[in-house]
Formats: sequence, structure tokens, C-alpha cells
Amino acid sequence: MYIIVVGGGKVGYFLSLALLSEGHEILIIEREADKCKIIAEELGSVVMHGDGCEVRTLEDAGANRADLLVAVTHRDEVNLVACQVAKDRLGVKRTIARISNPKNEALFKMLGIDVTVSSTNLILEHIEEKLPTHSMSHLLTLEDGNLEIVEVNVQTDSVVVGKRISDIVLPTNSLICLIIKTAKGAQVPTASSIIEAGDHIIAVTQPDHEAELRAALTG
Amino acid sequence: MKVVIMGCGRVGGMLAGMLDEAGHQVTVVDIDSWGFRWLPRSFNGKALVGDGTDVETLRTAGIEEADVFVATTQGDNRNVMAAQAAKHIFNVPKVVCRIYDPLREELYKSMGLETMSPTKLGANVLMNIVLGKGG
Repeated sequence: MYIIVVGGGKVGYFLSLALLSEGHEILIIEREADKCKIIAEELGSVVMHGDGCEVRTLEDAGANRADLLVAVTHRDEVNLVACQVAKDRLGVKRTIARISNPKNEALFKMLGIDVTVSSTNLILEHIEEKLPTHSMSHLLTLEDGNLEIVEVNVQTDSVVVGKRISDIVLPTNSLICLIIKTAKGAQVPTASSIIEAGDHIIAVTQPDHEAELRAALTG
Repeated sequence: MKVVIMGCGRVGGMLAGMLDEAGHQVTVVDIDSWGFRWLPRSFNGKALVGDGTDVETLRTAGIEEADVFVATTQGDNRNVMAAQAAKHIFNVPKVVCRIYDPLREELYKSMGLETMSPTKLGANVLMNIVLGKGG
């Protein structure tokens, strides 16, 4: 396939490297002359100096015979326009845009970009997948008072699900000071507040009692 | 009318002042509050610091109730993205987009945006002056 890559930054460079090794014909369009020079030295004559959002640049790049255009600059608006120009003016059949702001995904789809890759969302998904969600995370340590503020994500199988705050036995010097519910936002709990799965609990405790608190809330 | 203007430079600031003077409800959005120096002292509208290419910022600026959205930042691509969000996500009745690059301007005009190219406009005016046909 003939693939045009808009943006010769880190993503564009390594993407092109991988695509070249798979035997594709690649052209990187990069706006900064210095970057072009470096890419040309390392990958050969697969780079063109220019603005990938401009009709003329894309024409010169032979976009009319390209099978695919991938826009991977760090700016969402640049990636959007490069894809739209390629599609509408040069007839490129398939366009892929990299997105940094996950909120742009819907707009890009609406505007006819075939595939969007949200690096932020991808990293986020990986983090959520790889990190043990049961554990407690430290938010803040208050050195003077020998206290710390922690966050606990309540899982569906936790023993506290469905319980009132007053029914939960907490270790000494520990207090649930905030419950963040996905739908209703943050609430200062009362004794009758009920914990639900998916809640985020912000609690104060002492380092010595941390393990007990974890046991009490995640069970 | 309720007008949201993204980009408070010389043009955005002046336009905001003029619309405000004419009795319209104006909100200007700029990524840098330094841009608000272009607003006239008498400006009575709202000035909001934020990235107009972010849909949340547009919501805060009141785009959902706006009659008109004008994109006048320095960046053609930013203008085009925000204008398309205003048109397609928020269904703003009138969306105007400044695009310096005449070729890109043609493209987005053909795609249904109301566009204005200062490059084309300026060159035409200068051409007329050069040829003695007046401004």
C-alpha cells in the first residue's frame, strides 16, 4: 500500500519505521525542516518537507494514489484537517487520525474520519487493566499529624457494598470523609449514607492502621 | 442575538466590541487572557479563558444557546475544528469561520461552512487600490 503519514514526530517516525518493514510505500510529511533532515538520514528519502493540511502539499505527495493517510501530529485540529483535505480534495479512501483529547472522538467520527486512535484513552485503558483496582491509593500524607489521605475504589464484591457508614467498623483514627459517586459526584457522607459499588471513598487514616482500613473497605 | 466568538485578537476583539455596542449578548473565548486587551473598555459581554476547540469550553461559553459562532483565532485548523463542532454537535444556526489559506477556505465552503479568507479579501482590496479602482 501507499501510505502517507502526516507528522514526523516520535509517533510518525516509529509508525513509518514499522510500516516500511512490512513492505509498504511510505511518505512522511513534516513541517519542520530539521526533523525532515533527521528522518531522511535515518529512513532514507521517505520524507517531504511541507504542511500536510495544504492541498498543494498533498497533491505533490501524490495523495490521489494513496491508499491511506494517517495523521499523527500532536495537534488534534491538524490531524482532522489533514484527513478532511485528503478525503475531500484528493479522494484518499481511508484516513486515520490520532487524537489527544478523547472528547474529540465523536466529532471526528461525525466528520467522516474513518478511524480515530486516542492515545490518551489507550493509555488509560492499559492503566486500568494493569493496576490492581482493589488496592488503596495514597493521595496525600500529612506529616505533622501522622495522618494520610487515601482513596479506595469500591468493587462489586466488596463487603461494604450496600452498607451504611454507621455499620462499617473502621480502625482507630480512621474516617470516611468523602464519597464520590459516578452519577451524583462528591458527597460528604452522613451516618446513614450507603456505599455502592463503583463509589470512590476518600478516607483519612494513620499509616499504622492503613492495612486494617484496606481490609475493612475492600474485604 | 447571542454570539460566541473564539479567538480574541485584533479582529475578534474588535468584532466583539462592535456586536456588544450594537446590543448583542457576546461571549469571547481565548486561550490566553492577554488577548482580552483588544476588547474595548466599554465591553459589557463575557470574556472566558479556555480552549475553544474543546467542546466543554464551548459549552461553558454558552454555545448551546448561541445564535452565532465566529471562529477568529490565528490558526486555520483550530477555527475549522471549532466551527465544525459548533455546526455539527451544537447545531448553531450561523457559524462563521476565518480561514487564511484560500484553498482550505474553498474546501470548507464547499462543505457547508460560512467562511472568510482575509488573504483573499486583502489581496483583492490591494489589487483594486493598485489598479486605482478604490478600496
